[in-house]
Amino acid sequence: MGNVRFIILKEIRHILRDPRSLFIAILMPIMMTFLYGYAINLDIKNIRLAVLDYDQTSASRELVGRFYHSGYFAASLAPADMADPEAVLKRGDAHAVMIIRGGFAEALRGAAPYQLGLLLDGADANMSAAAASYSNVIIQRYLGESPGVGAAGRGVALSQRVLYNPDLKSSHFLVPGLIAIILMMISALLTSVTIAREKETGTMEQLLTAPVGPFQVILGKVIPYVGLALLDGVLVLSVGVLHFGVPLIGSSLLLLFFGLIYIIAALSLGVLISTLARTQQVAMMAALVATVLPSVMLSGFIFEIRNMPALLRFITMLVPARYFLLIMRGVMLKGSGLAVLWPQAAALVALTTLLLVAAVKRFRIRIG
Amino acid sequence: MSVLEVTRLFKRYHGLTAVDGFSMAVEAGRIVAVAGPDGAGKTSLFRAACGLIDFDSGDVTVGGISVKTGMGRIKPLMGYMPQSFSLYPDLSVEENLRFYAGLFGVSGDVFASRRERLYRFSGLEPFVKRRAGNLSGGMKQKLALSCALIHQPSVLILDEPTTGVDPLSRQQFWDILMSLRRDGAAVIVATPYMDEVALADRVVFMHAGKKLAEGTPDELRRLYSGGIYRLALEPTAERMALLSGIEGVAPYRFGADVHIYVPPDMSGGELAARLADSGFGDAPVERIEAGLEDVFIQLMSGQ
Repeated sequence: MGNVRFIILKEIRHILRDPRSLFIAILMPIMMTFLYGYAINLDIKNIRLAVLDYDQTSASRELVGRFYHSGYFAASLAPADMADPEAVLKRGDAHAVMIIRGGFAEALRGAAPYQLGLLLDGADANMSAAAASYSNVIIQRYLGESPGVGAAGRGVALSQRVLYNPDLKSSHFLVPGLIAIILMMISALLTSVTIAREKETGTMEQLLTAPVGPFQVILGKVIPYVGLALLDGVLVLSVGVLHFGVPLIGSSLLLLFFGLIYIIAALSLGVLISTLARTQQVAMMAALVATVLPSVMLSGFIFEIRNMPALLRFITMLVPARYFLLIMRGVMLKGSGLAVLWPQAAALVALTTLLLVAAVKRFRIRIG
Repeated sequence: MSVLEVTRLFKRYHGLTAVDGFSMAVEAGRIVAVAGPDGAGKTSLFRAACGLIDFDSGDVTVGGISVKTGMGRIKPLMGYMPQSFSLYPDLSVEENLRFYAGLFGVSGDVFASRRERLYRFSGLEPFVKRRAGNLSGGMKQKLALSCALIHQPSVLILDEPTTGVDPLSRQQFWDILMSLRRDGAAVIVATPYMDEVALADRVVFMHAGKKLAEGTPDELRRLYSGGIYRLALEPTAERMALLSGIEGVAPYRFGADVHIYVPPDMSGGELAARLADSGFGDAPVERIEAGLEDVFIQLMSGQ
């Protein structure tokens, strides 16, 4: 293992002596954070809604029907209960919980003030904002159209409460996603390029005549990039927290731990790609297509996984960013711990192990 | 006692046979030159010997250990210098050397004394802080050799180390090889230059993955059959066409001259008469001794 430190040292020298690439590796993530933080706006359908109907009248059922038939809302997978209406939001089973307390039907006829409850998951800010405005429209239309509802019905009001991200800032859920993408980009893209460079320029031929094993070469080459990726992650997180006011409610240690696991997954992908690519150019293109693009498109960062065709939904299960994204959002915005995030954590660990084993197996001490 | 042994080695790439049942043995304290045109299979042979590529059949042993099973034990015994410059251009001379020393576990006083010796050898001393990418071609090759020597290998494999290097640097390079031989190292060197081949203890002619001939330079020169005449004329296409028309002889471009190979039973007078018939009556012709390149060309065309 003593040899590894010479490879690490050499790799750090390569990084420091290419100031242009280093500049890009540090500045680009920050620029991306600002761009995404300000510029992204998304259109949303199929918001998962859980309903707690304690009124159980035809009027309340009619209202619920209006929600589900609007096309904007879909039934939640799990039922909610009054004891802890937040639980379904925290688990991610629903984006919104509507609470219809008893007395809704009477309130429609009488003048007594009545409040409909709507809890929204602000961790997904676009979803919540859309859910809030859609529900307002649906309820106002219901009150205006329903037979037997007169001016008295105006006593009914909607009381909304947004949990986790009360200001509904899209930056709050974009920043965790950005960290996932930037870590993937730095780790997978840069490592595959640095290994491909040794192949392309022929230095690998000399390196492999030295008494070093494949695992040592991989380790020596990727460790500096783990450092660079972590630095970028912290930079983006700082911009998110300090500039966009993204909360960091949960455990930073947990975040760091899963960050490291995710980085290992990304580095393994980079190594895998480098075993297939002979030139830096090919490695770069392959890394973009195979790692960065899926992390943007198929992780749930921009497009809802639920809305994808079955084949793409299946592919998303192999995208590490999908799990890391949920972990990041959960820890940062909801303060969730392993008790809630264990399915994602387990999936990420399993996927990482798979990729790591594949990378070490594929990276053989051979050229050509 | 051979340090390196290649036994009936076969290496194919996608149906193309690069090394075709090649065998050779190299003893300690010897320089063996492997000569052959591009595509003869020299690089594949060397890479297989260094454990860099898998091969289809046959074996390579170093110090009695097969590369197929004991690469881990063989690596510290071997030094390899690939054909293309394969050090890190953004690292300095010293950093490149230190990197390879580190990988081979050479450190402290041992490293310091070997470094001094290699710098003296190579004349790299004034350039230690310079980045390898900014060295001249000859200096680059001497640095690559130094990196391959830092762990004092007992077998040194050099793939065309002097190609494209100026004559003075080539001379210095061979001086280093000669002193390595004195220290008891086995040196296997591929080279396209026949003047370098002549300096080796043994020579292997390689063509199309096979061994054409092997021996000392003198033994190989004696393999030549027939006579050679040098025609001191520029080998223009027109002249070569005319010369090719002469029956019983074989003209070849040879640098700035033409070499004419004649069969053993043809006399100088007969050649002169035939040349005169084709309009080369006044041409300056002289009989010469066969060089290694002439032998190689004859062996190759006899294939």
